[in-house]
Amino acid sequence: MPESRIPHPAPQPDAPSVEIVTPPEQERVIPVFTPAGDDAVLVRAQAGDHQAFAQLYSLHKRRIYSLCLRMVGNIAEAEDLTQEAFLQLHRKIATFRGDSAFSTWLHRLAVNVVLMQLRKKGLSLISLDEAMEPAPEERPGRSFGAPDLALSGAIDRLALQKAIDELPAGYRLIFVLHDIEGYEHNEIAAMLECSIGNSKSQLHKARLKLRETLRMSTQEEGRR
Amino acid sequence: MTDDTKEMSCAAFQAQLPELIGAGVNVSAHPHVQSCELCRALLSDLETIAEAARQLFPIEEPPDKLWDQIELRIRTEKGTEG
Repeated sequence: MPESRIPHPAPQPDAPSVEIVTPPEQERVIPVFTPAGDDAVLVRAQAGDHQAFAQLYSLHKRRIYSLCLRMVGNIAEAEDLTQEAFLQLHRKIATFRGDSAFSTWLHRLAVNVVLMQLRKKGLSLISLDEAMEPAPEERPGRSFGAPDLALSGAIDRLALQKAIDELPAGYRLIFVLHDIEGYEHNEIAAMLECSIGNSKSQLHKARLKLRETLRMSTQEEGRR
Repeated sequence: MTDDTKEMSCAAFQAQLPELIGAGVNVSAHPHVQSCELCRALLSDLETIAEAARQLFPIEEPPDKLWDQIELRIRTEKGTEG
C-alpha cells in the first residue's frame, strides 16, 4: 500500500469515542516520516516521553488543524479543536494498540472531537434540515434558471472556498466529511447518528446550495 | 429504469437524485438526464463542484502559539493528577 494513503482497517477496538468509522479513501498525505521512524516516536510518546509527544504534534499538526478548519470553517474554533484533539491524544495515546495506522486513528479521534463540539453547540441535522428546507418556489426544480447560467467547467477556487465557508454548519460538515475527507455515507451516518438517507440528502442539499451560491457569484461578476 | 423515467418530471427526478448519486449510479446515463437539458446542466454542475472541492483545500499550518497552549494544558492536567 502506498505510503501516502491510509488503509481501510477493520473497526478498531481501541478507537476513541465513536466506532464503526472507517477512514477516508482519498487525500491522505501522510508526510515527512517513515513508518519505522513514526513507530519509534510513537512508542516513546506512549511511554510518556514529552519530547516524543512534541514530535508527534509537529508531524501531525498540519493535517489535524486543516481537518478542523475544513469542518468548522473558523480559524479560532479550529485552533481550539486542534488543541483539544491533541490533549485527547495525550490522554489516550497509551490505549493505541496499532490495529490501524496511527495517523488513521488520530484522524478519527480529531473528527470525533469536532463532532462532540458541534453537538455541544446544539447542531442537529434534523432540525437544521427542517430549518433549511426551501420554500416551494425556491426548490431546485424551479430555481434551475436557463442552461446558460450553468457553471462553467472551471470554478473559481476562491469563490468555491467562500461558498463552502458560508454553508450552514450541518451542510458543511457532511460536505467536508464526504467530498473532502472521503468518508462514505454509511460512515458519516454512524458518526453523526443519522440515517444513511439523511446523509445523502444533506450532501445533495449542500451541493445544491453551493451551486446556487456560485451561480449568484458568477452572475454578480457578469454584471460588473 | 423503465421507459417511464423518460417522461419523468424534473421534480421527480431530482427527488431521486441524492439516492442515485449516493448509490454510485451512473446518473448521466439516466433517461431523464439524456432528454433534459436542465437536469443535465444540474448534474454537470454538481459533479464539477464535487471535483473542484476535492482539489481545493491546502494543508494549513497552525499558529506556533498552539503548541505552547497545549503544553500548558498538559502541565496543568499533570499537576491536577499529581
